[in-house]
Amino acid sequence: MTRPHTEPQIQIDSPANQDYELVYKRPDTLVDIPMHYCPGCGHSVVHRVLMEVVEELGIQSETVGVAPVGCSVFAYDYLDIDMQEAAHGRATAVATGIKRMLPDKYVFTYQGDGDLAAIGTAETIHTANRGENILIIFINNGIYGMTGGQMAPTTILGAPTTTSPKGRDVAIHGNPLKIADLLAILPGTIYVTRQSVHKPGTVRKLKKALIKSLELQQQKKGLCFIEVVSNCPSGWKMTPVEANQWMEENMFPEYPLGDIKSPSSQDEQ
Amino acid sequence: MAETLLMKGNEALAKAAISAGCDGYFGYPITPQSEILEYMSRELPGAGGVMIQAESELAAINMVFGAAGAGGRVMTSSSSPGISLMQEGLSYIASAELPCLVVNVNRGGPGLGTIQPAQGDYFQATKGGGHGDYHLIVLAPSSVQEMADFAYLAFDLADKYRNPVMILADGALGQMMEKVTFPDYDPKQHKQPKPWATTGKTPERMRNIITSLHIEPEKMEMINRKLQDKYRRIEAEEVRWETIQTDDADILLVAYGLTARIARKVLDMARDSGQRVGLLRPISLYPFPYKPLAQLAEQLDLILTVEMNAGQMVEDVRLAAEGRVPVEFYGRSGGVIPSPEEILAHLESLRNDVPVRGAPKTTQMEPVEP
Repeated sequence: MTRPHTEPQIQIDSPANQDYELVYKRPDTLVDIPMHYCPGCGHSVVHRVLMEVVEELGIQSETVGVAPVGCSVFAYDYLDIDMQEAAHGRATAVATGIKRMLPDKYVFTYQGDGDLAAIGTAETIHTANRGENILIIFINNGIYGMTGGQMAPTTILGAPTTTSPKGRDVAIHGNPLKIADLLAILPGTIYVTRQSVHKPGTVRKLKKALIKSLELQQQKKGLCFIEVVSNCPSGWKMTPVEANQWMEENMFPEYPLGDIKSPSSQDEQ
Repeated sequence: MAETLLMKGNEALAKAAISAGCDGYFGYPITPQSEILEYMSRELPGAGGVMIQAESELAAINMVFGAAGAGGRVMTSSSSPGISLMQEGLSYIASAELPCLVVNVNRGGPGLGTIQPAQGDYFQATKGGGHGDYHLIVLAPSSVQEMADFAYLAFDLADKYRNPVMILADGALGQMMEKVTFPDYDPKQHKQPKPWATTGKTPERMRNIITSLHIEPEKMEMINRKLQDKYRRIEAEEVRWETIQTDDADILLVAYGLTARIARKVLDMARDSGQRVGLLRPISLYPFPYKPLAQLAEQLDLILTVEMNAGQMVEDVRLAAEGRVPVEFYGRSGGVIPSPEEILAHLESLRNDVPVRGAPKTTQMEPVEP
């Protein structure tokens, strides 16, 4: 697998396209190469929205990201910003080191459920509890995708995986870990929200949440946590459409979308 | 201006690290090194640096990763069990070629062991420690003065080679007080530009990526070759050792750190009774002083390696001697410090068995006393 840096193949403002109004283009901050993600996977959408925000806010030179171990381990191949690749579970510790050296930069981690809520739980909770001014983007699809579909800490009860072949059983495996709700009770977090990217409307909401998080980071208000409830067609052994439908019917009741904690909701209290 | 103080080894090291321009310290409490953490908490923020007491040694070493990758001159410190927890991070740091300082104030192991001084982490420090082919540069101080001196040296070597550097001390060096002189040192003259650091991608350059992941075997082998080339350069340029009264010696003591100080006393006692004993003290444990030892081996009848472990550095001494001279070992472990008298007694018992020069020689391990 080689991933060379290549220029975009299609020139959007080429003469042939001049008669049309430009309503959408790939953000320049997203490297124009094929992504390795499976068809229908939510990662590529989250990557694109994140880079749209970085481009629109004009913060490419001010942003440093941390990639995890998991399906998004190669995120730095696609995001045209400075990035570090952390050991499994340690992304928020790495991000802490970066942010404390560069307190005026925007720092984010991009992590999956195994990375963030299993092997990295201690780092996640303590980074939040210190109130580090970083953004954690948490992709929760309830499965270990990269290693072939094992049970994750967030796998819902009854869901079959390669290590819970008869479905997650509370007596054997315990309950799914609602890490966002845990983090929301910590004073160090300022904004904890749960989003998705399976419909255009939810993608727009995620974008708003990203912008809000980065604004809060600039104001040094504390840690922002965006959970994206996502799918895994390959791991779930479904078509992308089936996967999104299954997600809506089974994941959303366990992980309801919306803000769990936000500065405005705090003000209301 | 240079300043002379009476200080604990741990605090002298911390003070030196701050005046060497330490931008960040990330650590976790563990005996017998907690004074470094405490000193940093008191003094580093006022000096413009960042200090975080991490939730674990895992977090601490990964904060070091992030901060070093962001271009900081950063460090952590711990003692043996905590250093074991850091091995994963150190492997990543070595692979990503991030400069940093890691201090191990060695205590007795294995397991939770004891809080007393030991040298049982020699293998872990010098042969890699974590997974994969890599080396730390390892410096072994033998006095409170060197605890301070090596902090400056370690940061400079780390930057020079983009490699993690370990100061391998022990509980006694960390806890004891001695006179220590701090040199004039201007960090601005020493800190290197770090154009590879993740400080934000500017339009003038490609994005900087710090990673230890190269999924194609050929690429990963290339990274390994590059690392190995660097280690050969370090082995050629950074070997440090000290010899004492070796010119006429036919018996050589080899010892590092605290044990070298005890061996020095053994040397004096042996010389008083007319024995021609010398001492070689490795200062850099990686790279190890194989060549100076090999050259000395030609003139020797016996080498006695003394360590506070069950026999670790002695393997490198044997590699250096290449069978030219018997290499014996004496050690105490579990936090017991050997006395000069017991080492001398052991040396004299061996001396009676030393074969005549030129006759076939055998090497045997001496069991550690219970």
